[in-house]
Amino acid sequence: MKKATTHISQNEGLIFEKSSPGKRGYKLPPLDVPAVTAAKALGNAARADLGNMPEVSEIEIIRHFTRISTWNYGVDTGMYPLGSCTMKYNARVNEAAARIEGLANAHPYQPERLSQGALRVMKTLADCLLDITGQDAITLQPAAGAHGEMTGILLIRAYLQSKGNPRKKILIPDSAHGTNPATAAICGYAVENLKSNAGGMVDVPSLVAQMNEDVAGLMLTNPNTLGIFEQEIHKIADILHAKGGLLYMDGANMNALVGKTRPGDFGVDVMHLNLHKTFSTPHGGGGPGSGPVACKKHLEPFLPAPLVVEKKDGTLGFDYDRPRSIGRVRAWYGNFGMHVRALAYILANGPDGLRMTTEDAVLNANYIRKQLEGVYELPYSTPSMHEVVFSDRKQTAKGLKTGDIAKRLIDYGFHPYTVSFPLIVHGALMIEPTESESKEELDLFVDAMRDIARECEKDPDLILSAPHTTRLSRLDEVQAARKPILRWKPTSKGAAE
Amino acid sequence: MRYLPKSPADREQMLAELGVRTIDDLFAPIPAEYRLKRDLNVPRQMAESEILDFFQQSSRDNAAGYATFLGAGAYSHYRPVVIDSLISRGEWFTAYTPYQAEIAQGTLQAIFEFQSMICELTGMEVANASMYDGSTAVPEAAMMSVRLTGRSHVVIARSVHPEYREVLRTYAQHQGLPISEVGFGENGRIDIAALDKAVTGQTACIMVQSPNFFGTIEDVAALADYAHKKGALLVVSIAEAVSLGAVRPPVEADIVAMEAQSFGVPLGFGGPYAGVIATKDKFVRQMPGRLVGQTVDRHGRRGFVLTLSTREQHIRREKATSNICTNQALVATMATIFMTIYGREGLKELAEHNLAKTAYAAAEFGKKAKVLFSDAPRFNEFVVQTTADPHQMNDRLLAQKIIGGFPLKKFYPELGNASLWCCTELTKKETIDAAVKAL
Amino acid sequence: MAYPKELKYTKEHEWVRVEDATGDIGTIGITDHAQQALGDIVFVELPKPGADITAGKSFGTVESVKAVSELYAPVSGSVTAVNEELNTTPEKINREPHTAWMLKVKIKDKGELASLLSAGDYEKFVAEEGK
Repeated sequence: MKKATTHISQNEGLIFEKSSPGKRGYKLPPLDVPAVTAAKALGNAARADLGNMPEVSEIEIIRHFTRISTWNYGVDTGMYPLGSCTMKYNARVNEAAARIEGLANAHPYQPERLSQGALRVMKTLADCLLDITGQDAITLQPAAGAHGEMTGILLIRAYLQSKGNPRKKILIPDSAHGTNPATAAICGYAVENLKSNAGGMVDVPSLVAQMNEDVAGLMLTNPNTLGIFEQEIHKIADILHAKGGLLYMDGANMNALVGKTRPGDFGVDVMHLNLHKTFSTPHGGGGPGSGPVACKKHLEPFLPAPLVVEKKDGTLGFDYDRPRSIGRVRAWYGNFGMHVRALAYILANGPDGLRMTTEDAVLNANYIRKQLEGVYELPYSTPSMHEVVFSDRKQTAKGLKTGDIAKRLIDYGFHPYTVSFPLIVHGALMIEPTESESKEELDLFVDAMRDIARECEKDPDLILSAPHTTRLSRLDEVQAARKPILRWKPTSKGAAE
Repeated sequence: MRYLPKSPADREQMLAELGVRTIDDLFAPIPAEYRLKRDLNVPRQMAESEILDFFQQSSRDNAAGYATFLGAGAYSHYRPVVIDSLISRGEWFTAYTPYQAEIAQGTLQAIFEFQSMICELTGMEVANASMYDGSTAVPEAAMMSVRLTGRSHVVIARSVHPEYREVLRTYAQHQGLPISEVGFGENGRIDIAALDKAVTGQTACIMVQSPNFFGTIEDVAALADYAHKKGALLVVSIAEAVSLGAVRPPVEADIVAMEAQSFGVPLGFGGPYAGVIATKDKFVRQMPGRLVGQTVDRHGRRGFVLTLSTREQHIRREKATSNICTNQALVATMATIFMTIYGREGLKELAEHNLAKTAYAAAEFGKKAKVLFSDAPRFNEFVVQTTADPHQMNDRLLAQKIIGGFPLKKFYPELGNASLWCCTELTKKETIDAAVKAL
Repeated sequence: MAYPKELKYTKEHEWVRVEDATGDIGTIGITDHAQQALGDIVFVELPKPGADITAGKSFGTVESVKAVSELYAPVSGSVTAVNEELNTTPEKINREPHTAWMLKVKIKDKGELASLLSAGDYEKFVAEEGK
């Protein structure tokens, strides 16, 4: 194996198992006011004790969280081609900027005149994102992509309501992320499936047939989850607009477009961005994200309050006076710490860097496609943008599925691609390399995928029992779901090691 | 561009292998009329030193170096340096949702520990691997109650954080969930008589915050009793997690909707924070959000996986319990490290320091102004009513680099010239004395 | 696994057994083919006794680790009993699909039974579907 080899890995139990009474990891300063006990101050409302909370020393805490961290794979470890997740490099300057004291320790209710720096960060980021998307107005409040979707669909609903009828349905392509239909449901809409055509794009005749005055809008990911640009995007927008519907763009794949084209120019009325995808804020094991929503002028009155505005005296402030707003979608102003990081990323790139980043992302995906075409089945021959989706059809003949191939990829030192999504592809292998991979890393990945395809032919059991090099072998998800153990208890059995 | 690991020669070679002449050939699927033919209008590419200069200037234009009495849902507690030292490891912050369990045991175990500690502290039996924040946990808990009871009416105390209530209204507006708000009594707790008028046979849940927005601790046991008699669930929102070190956990509640910011998460001008939904085992299938469970590998060794995923959007789509995809794993890990550092003894001691500072401050403020709601226990916040507009006093304090309490007129005009003051372990006696002097 | 002759089957892969002398009570479960397609079953969501179910309509769901499938009623009626055992041991459905019953219902219209498939027809249907 060219990329990876095994090395020693420290065993470590749960933190509760290291606890013993009297160990401490903290020290509080002496009190400068009279001491108070909980029992005396709170009476019946005082708690008796803190049960099984751990008691450990500082060095044990450092070792514990360091050791278990080494069991993780991150972008810092190597290529992480998780399709539709955009696992790109998380620049260190982003982290440094977000930890500068006046930004990190700013209280959300501190006076506006003492928040000019934070407001400037938000305003600058907002202005950049507006030009990148070609939209007219933006809110940074949504906390993540799905939260942005909800905000966007509520904007559509409020706009249509203002025209007299919020309508009943949202159209969603069969290739869409699960968050899209779940979002439509939360916003009080029924979901109607829209099928894809043989090219993996929206089937325009179906759209024409399904579009009517009951349809509030279409939620479209572009490029879609197959990594394919919806070439008839403007026709799609026109069909919706002609019948009074709106076009929502799920911006999960905006990293394929930045600096090359703008959704606002091709008919999108409202869209979200995932700052943790396109703008490099860290994924953090699943969050925090950030999901700004940008829209056209006609939707602006409905944006959540408050918005950052420039006041007459030239200072920045929050505008809460938004009588037609859909309301707040979260407390305060959004995940400000992510706003700082995303802006740091934009500043590090500039217009030329952002464009080149998009170009490299698309180049990398097409390179992988070219190298693996024929080795794995390519269900759609339409050109790829930033990601490519293969099918496991060739390998299922040997009883091997996309999930098995993914597990074997771990042995080769890579994080697997996205498994079994989008649902319209039989056993999907959804590969998104991002721009952060060098040619060497891509070639190693290609070699690994080719080796695995050969192994599928010669030694299916090797694939079925993979991974072989990790601390733990495949985990029993069935048992986890049948008899859920969702917390540690003192009676829990200790680790086998 | 320094983040891009390819030489011009690499690009040339790759393009050649693809059989295309220029990179723009790969963008051919985008109709020509929509291709951007100019540079984006964003600032020019900057050096790292310039980027940091920009943000340092932003920091200076903010209120750096001020002492603060602001709480109101975002709390200024000391963050041990161990937290950032640990979560700055790339294995924590550059990983994603632990879909591939064999190479994500670190994140999975940390989340399992988080879930376990939240259960331990709240008295609940199961906790999820986090929501966006405390405000969005409230509507998620309301929607969960609606699913569990088959009823649709939500009753919420007016003493729940005003912005949490706004978020609830946004989520509820198109789901046919009527909301009734119930005021507070003389002691700052929910007005029981008004509650009894608001609750109907269609009430799915009663939602209170404890300590509530005024810092007052609600009588959770009595409220749970009442809710259950009416066939409704009791949801307790907790905005100040450090209170759990001293305040009796809401064990009688059915759902706890919590904000974990106080546990070592920077104030960060309002986010990112971490919300949590915790509940009883019997309600687990109606919970929103990710859950981590313990299992074994093929050799019987303990390990952890994402589990009960069929509740979630990627499987159940429009029938999912929520549209959430995120878990706030990195923030939850900060909280887990914080909870571990303080632990069984420290969380109590920490909470008692908050109580001591607040008791002292409330007594001192009480000598010169009216401190409201003193007939019920409070944690680390109190409401001061003054004759003058609190903004005037706050302006005087700003000159001493002190940010005063949060003026309440915007949210609670009925309280007149009132403001909400918060003292944590970081509040110094001399700062309290200076504030009292400025009254 | 053979499909028992005494059961009647649906094209959605449920079975019903009418066992008592009066023919009033039907017992409902899912077929061996269904459990194989679903894989390891981890959870079953069923109606409560007293609930009404309608032929051809969903009466509950069955879950594997990564999928949720609807259960469709073979006959209409009101639920008289639910197999509580499946709450803790849903794997029974994988092991003994044709005995691990889900519901007993008081059949509303015995005429509905006539439209269901016999074991032989169901076996043919499954074979066709697999092609």
